[in-house]
Amino acid sequence: MMSPEGTNGRYTIVKMENITKRFGGICAVDDVSLNLYKGEVLALVGDNGAGKSTLVKVLSGAYIADEGSIFINGEKAHIENPMDARKLGVETIYQHLALMDNLDIPSNIFMGRELRSNKILGSLGMMNLRDMQNNAVDLLDEFDISVGDINREVKQLSGGQRQLVAISRAVYFKAQVIIMDEPTAALGVAETSKVYEFINKLKRSGIAILVISHNINEVYEIADRFMVLKTGKLVGVKQKEETDIDEIVTMIISGRSK
Amino acid sequence: MITEEKSYSTSGGRIKDTLFSFFRFFLEHRTIIVLILLVAIVGYLIPSFLTLNNILNVFRQVSITGIVAVGMTFVIITGGIDISVGSIVALSGVVAALAMQSGISIPISIILALLAGIGVGSLNGLIIAYGRVMAFVATLGTMYLIRGLTLIIAKGQAIWDLPDSFVLIGTGYFFGIPIPVIIALLIYLIGHILLNYFTYGRYTLAVGGDEESARLCGVAVKRIKLLTYMLCGLLSAVAGVVLAARLGSGQPSVGTGYELTAIAAAVIGGNSLSGGKGTVFGTLIGALILGVVSNALNLWGVASFWQTIIAGCIILIAVLADTLRNGKS
Repeated sequence: MMSPEGTNGRYTIVKMENITKRFGGICAVDDVSLNLYKGEVLALVGDNGAGKSTLVKVLSGAYIADEGSIFINGEKAHIENPMDARKLGVETIYQHLALMDNLDIPSNIFMGRELRSNKILGSLGMMNLRDMQNNAVDLLDEFDISVGDINREVKQLSGGQRQLVAISRAVYFKAQVIIMDEPTAALGVAETSKVYEFINKLKRSGIAILVISHNINEVYEIADRFMVLKTGKLVGVKQKEETDIDEIVTMIISGRSK
Repeated sequence: MITEEKSYSTSGGRIKDTLFSFFRFFLEHRTIIVLILLVAIVGYLIPSFLTLNNILNVFRQVSITGIVAVGMTFVIITGGIDISVGSIVALSGVVAALAMQSGISIPISIILALLAGIGVGSLNGLIIAYGRVMAFVATLGTMYLIRGLTLIIAKGQAIWDLPDSFVLIGTGYFFGIPIPVIIALLIYLIGHILLNYFTYGRYTLAVGGDEESARLCGVAVKRIKLLTYMLCGLLSAVAGVVLAARLGSGQPSVGTGYELTAIAAAVIGGNSLSGGKGTVFGTLIGALILGVVSNALNLWGVASFWQTIIAGCIILIAVLADTLRNGKS
């Protein structure tokens, strides 16, 4: 089963076709297909156990699908671990953000992908601290993210700032697709709007964003499209203009699409 | 705006603010301030303390456990502990001595001793990182294991008659500075560079701070842990070789208690035993504080029982200061 809406001339970055993932006898994702277009925010919604996390983890490389295939920019992708996904431009922002609280912002942005010195010692792991520092400053400036002193431990940042640092890390490494797991669940109103503002900027720069949430109210404002799952099956996909919050809630609860 | 700044705008608050920042400065730099005060006080009370000879003596006394403490610093930064270091010190000294006694050249003998240290470190690292055993328990096991092994290969006896040029490593001077001190300072310098300028050092901090996040960022957590225990084993072996050279013999029973001295130096130097935080420079200061106190008490003729009590008090104060600082920040 293909996703119901047509291509309507938009560029498809990610195409997941007929994905099935089983855990023992339980079918967590049952023959679900997903299209993700350039510059859109797709909200993947459903109750706990709907399969949305599992589906996304297949894309981010945490799980390998039992059936189905993934295409990125039209080419078949082989994603077997998170590093594979990253190399294809798919970055995941985990709910706990994967920030190291005891380190400063540049260390966190470059963690695991440090810029090396171009001297001989670079191949032994000598870092280019100055470039990392400067690039981190430029990156945060570019997106208008204010964090005070960049060399503060991340521990001292607010929840929203931490979220913004985690997202900008993904952007720095040329993400085409950013997956976010409940991005604003822990944030207040002001910080949520700051994160939304950032997501809108990313959309305009052509990045596709896949947001998971079990709370439709949390993502309704930011999403362009909704994809509803229930017990591992696709319930339906709705463009924001052709639906409203009540219809989505009905779909989540009843598991039926009108 | 999302920034949170504490502001003390009232005039009464300004004094409080000044006091607070002074207090915080003191807490931030407490170890170096304590060392300077300590040297000043002891130097004032005991004139013979501040002679060049005595200062070099202090450095020489701390050099061997000081080398071990650099390895311990990296282990502690990853959130681990290594109490097998004392046994590695004895093993490497005995290996070097036995090798030289059997006619192997000095450089090769030293390399064999260092390889023995790396070997024990790898064993520790494999058990801890890949076997998922608690570091304390794993290294407690290897501590006994290696001590027993060392006693067996040395047949329970010290190995004497080492070549003079080897003994020079422990007793010689270079431009008036004892060679063990030069070796120790070089190791501190390398350790400092490794921690602050190389990805390895940054990964140890990441692993100690948040192992799961580090893994998600692509850090090979297990490999970093393995490398860290190997480094600690290597540096313990360096200390063992220097000690054997200084004693002029490979002795299977040396090094007991070195793990505690090394941990004490790291903790006094502001490294957190919960991991993720630490500096090699801090450990150097910590080792020197312990050395100065012990030297001063010796000059005063205070019995060694009291020295142990005072070392204990210093450790407790250091840990309390650390807790206080974390509470304030």
